[in-house]
Amino acid sequence: MKLNLVAFGIAKDIIGEKNLVVDYDVMSIAQLKEQLCKDFPEFEALNSISFAINEEYRLDDFALTANDEVVIIPPVAGG
Amino acid sequence: MRIDIKISKDVLDPKICSDFVSHPSTGGIALFIGTVRNSTNNKKVLRLEFEAYESMAVSEMKKIAKAVVEKWDAQRVVIHHRVGVLDIEEIAVIIAVSTPHRKAAFEACEFAIDTLKQVVPIWKKEIFEDGEVWVAAHP
Repeated sequence: MKLNLVAFGIAKDIIGEKNLVVDYDVMSIAQLKEQLCKDFPEFEALNSISFAINEEYRLDDFALTANDEVVIIPPVAGG
Repeated sequence: MRIDIKISKDVLDPKICSDFVSHPSTGGIALFIGTVRNSTNNKKVLRLEFEAYESMAVSEMKKIAKAVVEKWDAQRVVIHHRVGVLDIEEIAVIIAVSTPHRKAAFEACEFAIDTLKQVVPIWKKEIFEDGEVWVAAHP
C-alpha cells in the first residue's frame, strides 16, 4: 500500500528527505519497520524507532491504512 | 485555564512561567529551567539545534501537564520548550508547577521533565568543533 512517510531528526538524515511516498507490501507498523530497515539499514543502528499516526504513538500491531501519514520518530531528546 | 503549553522559536521567559502558575491557594512553586551545557563527555559543545514534531509535541506535553494536575493536585502547570539554534547557557525548557504544599511541586516537576525527555517528539543535535551528533540516537 501507499504510505506517506514523514521523518524528523536523524530519520530525516537517514532517508535523505523529510517526506517520502512509498509503496510497500506491509500491513502493520512492525512490517513497516522491517521494510524500512531493509531499505535504510542505518535504522538498525538506532537505539529505538517509533511511529506516529494522527499525532499518537502506534505500536507494532497497529494496522496501517492506505495513504496513512506515518511519522518516523527516532529516539527523542527534548529538554 | 490551568495549563499553558508552548513550543517557541523565541527566547523563553521564567518570569512569565512563574507568574502563570501563581495562585492564591498555592503554597509552593517548583520551577525547572533546562539550559544548554558547554560540554558533553568532556567534549566542547558549541551550540544545540532543537527540532520538534510540533503538533504532536504539544499534544504529548498537554498529556503530561494533565497528569500532573490529576496526580499531584497541581493548581497550574506550564511547559515551554524552545526550538531552533541555542547557544550555551540559553534556556531550552521551562517547567513550572504550583501545588498547595512544596513536596508535591518538586515531585510533579521532576515527573514532568523526566516524562518529557522520554516521550515528547523533540530532537536535539549537538554541534562540536569537529562535527555534530543527534543526541541519544545511537547506543
